[in-house]
Amino acid sequence: MEFDHNFFVGFAKSYGLFYMMAFFFGAVVYAYWPANQEKFDQAAKSILDEDEGAQK
Amino acid sequence: MISQLTRDERSSAMILCALLTLFGLALGIVGRDDVLGWHGALLAFAGLALLFVVMRGYYDPNPDPDRITKYYDDPTKVGVIVSMMWLVFATFVGDWVAWLLVYPELTFDAGWSSFGRLRPVHTTGVIFGFGGNALIATSFHVLQRTSRARLAGNLSPWVVLIGFNLFCLMAVTGYMLGITASKEYAEPEWYADIFLVVVWVTYFALYIRTLARRQEPHIYVANWYFLAFILVVAILHIVNNLAVPVSLAHAKSYSLFSGVQDAMTQWWYGHNAVAFFLTSGFLGMLYYYLPRRAGRPIFSYRMSIISFWGITFLYMWAGSHHLHYTALPHWVQTLGMTFSIVLVVPSWASAGNALLTLNGAWEKVRDDATLRFMFVAAVFYGLSTFEGSFMAIRPVNSLSHYTDWTVGHVHAGALGWVAMITFGAFYTLVPMLWNRERMYSSRLIEAHFWLALSGTVIYVFAMWNSGIVQGLMWRAYAEDGTLAYSFIDSLNEMIPYYFARAVGGFLFFLGGVIGLYNIWMTTRMPALEDPPVYDLPPVFETEPAE
Repeated sequence: MEFDHNFFVGFAKSYGLFYMMAFFFGAVVYAYWPANQEKFDQAAKSILDEDEGAQK
Repeated sequence: MISQLTRDERSSAMILCALLTLFGLALGIVGRDDVLGWHGALLAFAGLALLFVVMRGYYDPNPDPDRITKYYDDPTKVGVIVSMMWLVFATFVGDWVAWLLVYPELTFDAGWSSFGRLRPVHTTGVIFGFGGNALIATSFHVLQRTSRARLAGNLSPWVVLIGFNLFCLMAVTGYMLGITASKEYAEPEWYADIFLVVVWVTYFALYIRTLARRQEPHIYVANWYFLAFILVVAILHIVNNLAVPVSLAHAKSYSLFSGVQDAMTQWWYGHNAVAFFLTSGFLGMLYYYLPRRAGRPIFSYRMSIISFWGITFLYMWAGSHHLHYTALPHWVQTLGMTFSIVLVVPSWASAGNALLTLNGAWEKVRDDATLRFMFVAAVFYGLSTFEGSFMAIRPVNSLSHYTDWTVGHVHAGALGWVAMITFGAFYTLVPMLWNRERMYSSRLIEAHFWLALSGTVIYVFAMWNSGIVQGLMWRAYAEDGTLAYSFIDSLNEMIPYYFARAVGGFLFFLGGVIGLYNIWMTTRMPALEDPPVYDLPPVFETEPAE
């Protein structure tokens, strides 16, 4: 196999699509996985916990 | 500063200062016949000055052993002040450059003050001096609070902060001396680049080591953005600056790349600098300080995760839109254009997330100029990411490229988004850091807000007008098929817009001066008698290794 310009263009145009789509779906699944819901809610609120009395 | 270091750390600090002095001396001696010698002298002088500071505090009593149960905020405090000083300096130079385009005689016949040298002083000063220090300062603060852990080291935060500022100083003084690698936003030469790599790796290691001691199971999303900023900027900086110096005694070097490969590498770097320096890190700021100031959790935590991966993966491919209609292969241009258009999705997801967080707290936005800064920043972030995607479309680019429209777009992003979110973050952060009840003057925050906003709007509108006029004049044909206007014709048309731009820039500069004054005066106010409990993290279960 020759690693020339055409090889890399072909690679980018085929596998590039698949790995990026796979990554996208991975990120969406992670974000919407029901078990993660509580962890995310907690994280979003955690930065406010220390806020009591800090400022109006 | 020194009193917070143990005796051992003071000794290490002295060794580092001595090494810096020796490195500077070596650079100065081998480069004595070149402009390189000046930078050797600069580093040697800085090393000696720092050595003096450490020695003066060397025999101070050891710091309170309890300090490891507290957050380490001294580097953040210094970073905030230094960042605002860079802002004042660099927007002053920026406005000078703006006036140069109206009155070209304002160089006063000196070489160092020519447009070509002052412009990179302005861009480096605002992006790296102001933006970089703001990112380092806020990242240290956010990292510790969201991890509920102290910074993993007492000396390395200072290495990062002082080293980074020495790099910035070498950069801006180098331009005035005539040193440049001729790569936009990557102008410093090889020795300064290597220096920055050392500083940046220290920064990355410090961040990872502190995250490793976190007491929260989940890493808050702001840290993802800061970490992406640190990691990707390291990759970009190293690859784009691969170069061979003509000799170790000369500042000049030649890039490892040539021709279209050089151009592509440069704009892969350039656009990702926009993405990871000017967007990712500042989004980290937004995801922490905006919810805190509004007193509401982020509207959708899930959306912040999805837009994080969207921004991180899509931006990597967008750089080639800077090279439309060039020798770059057509499909690479199309690739960059396509990814730039898709980018509007995660960008608007972030901007929308910020605005929806504020939805229901509009009375706070109305009353609190600090929160209003962050609100305006989110609006400008949405506007300029849409504009950027639009300008990346090839036929639109044929009108906008090389015109002032690009300059207007950049400033909508830099003034409207980057600077506004930073001001909002600083005004939230400063009273917390110094244990003050509030900022010195809320009226001065109001004044700063309106000066910054009106300055930005005047600037951006002036550049939209001049950019489109330029673009249309350059492509206008006369009946006989020749160009209707000469370049100088279009230049003459620009004068009123350049005048307006310089006025807008002056207003923005003035706001920065007020901001620095307000922050400085806040540090002079009496501290709260009983510091709020939120500033003390829970005691470590295990003694952190120091």
